[in-house]
Amino acid sequence: MHESAMTLESLRPAIAEISLGLAICVVLMADVFAGASRKYVTPLLTLVALAACAWLTVTVGAVQDRTVLFDGLYVADRLSVFLKLAGFLSVGLALFYSQPYLERRGIQGGEYQVLALTALLGICVLASANSLLTVYLGIELLSLSLYALVAFDRDSGVAAEAAIKYFVLGAIASGTLLYGMSMLYGLTGTLNLDKLATVSAAHGAGFVIAVTFIVVAVAFKFGAVPFHMWVPDVYSGAPVSVALLVSTAPKIASFALVARLLVYGLGADPALWVQILTVLAVLSLLAGNFIAIAQTSIRRMLAYSAIANVGFILLGFITADPSGYRAALAYTLVYVLTTLGSFGVVLLAARSDGEAEELDDFKGLGTRDPLLAVLMMALMFSTAGVPPFAGFWAKLWIIQSLLHTQHVWLAALAVLASVVGAYYYLRVIWFMYFDAGREQTLIVRQPLTRGALTLNVLAVAGLGVMPNVLLALCTSLMG
Amino acid sequence: MLHGFDILSLLIWLPVGGGVAVLAIGDTRARLARWVALLVALATFVLCVPLWLEFDTTTAAFQYLERLSWINQLHADYYLGVDGISLPLIVLTAFMTVPVIIAGWSVVEKRPAQYYAAFLILEGLMIGVFSALDALLFYFFWEAMLIPMFLIIGIWGGPRRVYATLKFFLYTFLGSVLMLVALIFLYLKAGDYTIAGFQSLPLTLAEQRWIFLAFLVAFAVKVPMWPVHTWLPDAHVEAPTGGSVILAAIMLKMGGYGLLRFSLPITPDASRELDWLVIGLSLIAVVYIGFVALMQSDMKKLIAYSSVAHMGFVTLGAFLAFDIQGSTGALRGAINGLDGAMVQMISHGLISGALFLCIGVMYDRLHSREISAYGGVINVMPKFGAFMVLFALANSGLPGTSGFVGEFLVILAAFKANVWFAFLAATTLILGAAYTLWLVKRVIFGPIANDHVAAMQDLNGREFLVLAMLAVAVLALGLWPAPLVRTMEATVQHLLQQLAVSKIPVA
Repeated sequence: MHESAMTLESLRPAIAEISLGLAICVVLMADVFAGASRKYVTPLLTLVALAACAWLTVTVGAVQDRTVLFDGLYVADRLSVFLKLAGFLSVGLALFYSQPYLERRGIQGGEYQVLALTALLGICVLASANSLLTVYLGIELLSLSLYALVAFDRDSGVAAEAAIKYFVLGAIASGTLLYGMSMLYGLTGTLNLDKLATVSAAHGAGFVIAVTFIVVAVAFKFGAVPFHMWVPDVYSGAPVSVALLVSTAPKIASFALVARLLVYGLGADPALWVQILTVLAVLSLLAGNFIAIAQTSIRRMLAYSAIANVGFILLGFITADPSGYRAALAYTLVYVLTTLGSFGVVLLAARSDGEAEELDDFKGLGTRDPLLAVLMMALMFSTAGVPPFAGFWAKLWIIQSLLHTQHVWLAALAVLASVVGAYYYLRVIWFMYFDAGREQTLIVRQPLTRGALTLNVLAVAGLGVMPNVLLALCTSLMG
Repeated sequence: MLHGFDILSLLIWLPVGGGVAVLAIGDTRARLARWVALLVALATFVLCVPLWLEFDTTTAAFQYLERLSWINQLHADYYLGVDGISLPLIVLTAFMTVPVIIAGWSVVEKRPAQYYAAFLILEGLMIGVFSALDALLFYFFWEAMLIPMFLIIGIWGGPRRVYATLKFFLYTFLGSVLMLVALIFLYLKAGDYTIAGFQSLPLTLAEQRWIFLAFLVAFAVKVPMWPVHTWLPDAHVEAPTGGSVILAAIMLKMGGYGLLRFSLPITPDASRELDWLVIGLSLIAVVYIGFVALMQSDMKKLIAYSSVAHMGFVTLGAFLAFDIQGSTGALRGAINGLDGAMVQMISHGLISGALFLCIGVMYDRLHSREISAYGGVINVMPKFGAFMVLFALANSGLPGTSGFVGEFLVILAAFKANVWFAFLAATTLILGAAYTLWLVKRVIFGPIANDHVAAMQDLNGREFLVLAMLAVAVLALGLWPAPLVRTMEATVQHLLQQLAVSKIPVA
């Protein structure tokens, strides 16, 4: 660990944020000058910019050792580089899948891409946060962009409602986070996570209360029960493309938040947050899985499924053991990859007379659109945790880390909850294959998007057969 | 390694790859898909011939070993091999898939290519279950297998197929996940996932009890044992004929295989302590389910309940060893019980598969499974009647058929353990005969019941071929079971030795 003086050379590890910031400016300007007649410019430029940023992050920004910049505000290590790349990929894919939808719904506008990029910038900042201030900065940058995106379809009443709910609840969560942080500062006199990590033993009730406030905010950002109220509303109220965005890359940010803030910054005494996270995880697993059964809307079902999956990710953290952190990282990555696919299918399953909103809309998809149905089936089996798909290994690894740390009952609860979960994932397959469709309406054909989606699902299946790639990666990152 | 290639891998991946190929051929070229599917199924079965012939029956060691590093981080390997217990089951799997493909030939009109593909992929995965020597690989196949079966029942099943297939999937999934927890627990103690490592791992009695129960839930659901058998009648009734055949012939055997491969050798002390539980449930299955079968009005349901009763013999035979040791002082006599369990598995696989095919033949003509819809079938279908009577007699344990051998061996062992066990088990000879022969009487014999029956055509060449294949197998195994018994002898002896040694660590 070394702190270097501020030179241009020393900014290299922060190339991801710098290049992304520049890209945002370029895209914003390009959109203005491209005008209404050349609508393809902004989306295309955004994807090119993302690829360029990712390339710069790999070539220029790669770090071998932990490097601290900006007076300890910012840290670059292999984990941060990787999380940023994952963020680039997931936002890039999300935008790519969304493009036909945006055109169809007439909600194209350069602001959409720009907001997605600023959200991504927030994720990058979070991934490299080494101070409470940076954490807060990242969270707000991400959240504010997402609030605006949820309300992006300004003619939609439900979207506006979802955005208001998300904003108000999110603002409260930011408030508790800030409150907890200010208490921590008052008690320890530092905002720096390196220094916080060394303050451990001598804490009293104030410390506990501060951490509790912080965990509440973390739970909100993750969407864990009982701070999950915004999740179903945002997933079902926002435009589908935004739901796709909200449900994927921000989960990487939430992982980074817990990894930086709790595991690293407050990691000297994990007992401070393990108990609360345990309660949150158990509630999320139970409530998420059971409520999802009752859903008739595919998006609300995916929302409750997200809540249940967050429960699984949190289970990885409560082990307070590197094996659990690795498992949580693997689970997050697999979840993001799978959710990109399933929301991608929802986007493509639109009929000529409307979007696929209800589970009923999937009836007969197996005959109407065999490729899409097969992809969705693989994704559902993966999320249910059935081999040979990646979701199985993600769950297996979490359960193994729980058993490794003697949490036998939590492991049993987790697997039983996933049996409950299997029911509603299977129901999607049942609707697609076992039921006849209501009508034979046209499906939007998008060969490029379909191709990308197929690759996405092949990755889920490939990681399911050869999970060692993922496991080795997570082991090296969370060593 | 045999003949320079990995025969077990080939047995697994040839049907899986063939299934994918059939899927790629697609429903529009159904004829080609059918022929490719049949060729793949036949090739897989032919591959079993050298496997069987070159199998060394003198050793209990695993043979045809293949080991590749798979997941380093979890110390799990792609590790395959067979012994005397798994070899017959692999051959049975490869054998039964052939009649299933032929039986669907002109009957399956809905998405035919997908139908054959599902069965071929299922075959590969099932062979994978029987040949995996790594517990994680075993679980991988064990769970993956649910996917094709779920689709087979759900897509090609009867009117209540959705309910049946969801019940099947969720029951099995629920049973399996607890086994997964047990397997991970064992891994954390043993350091890798090899089943042999688990078998030699010392475990305290308390640990063994929990592991035993977790295993028992998983395998009892699959067998299925009373009272977790309720998914089976639903699944059988709704499944298409081929699905019922594979379900009864192979999938139920996985429960029995699991008990022999996992429960008994990994937790011998808990098995000894809790054997009353398995024996009790088995006897309930044999007696009570026998009565339940008597009352069925649906032919498939009757055979389904008969399966539960017959599989009761498998679980009974597997767990008699400890009582035999208690009453005779030696484990030697227990070999009959284990042999019987194994023979019963193979035999039940053939007989129940054959009976489901027979019902399928009738269903294709009359589209009813109700016993009351039939009567006097033999008058219009003499060839079919002969086969049906043969399989029915085999099902009720007639000497000379394979059904007799397994039951006889288990009852013999039961006598050594406890006369009352033998008495209760032997009621199956009455009950089994009662429900099967009564079924035959009502369906096959008597005057022609109605015009629909009168219009039934006798077996066509394809159906004759399928039933003849199975009839030969049932008779061959019944008249000359020695090759089968000899194949598994060394392995069963080895298993008995494993049972005799306590795994509780000496403090």
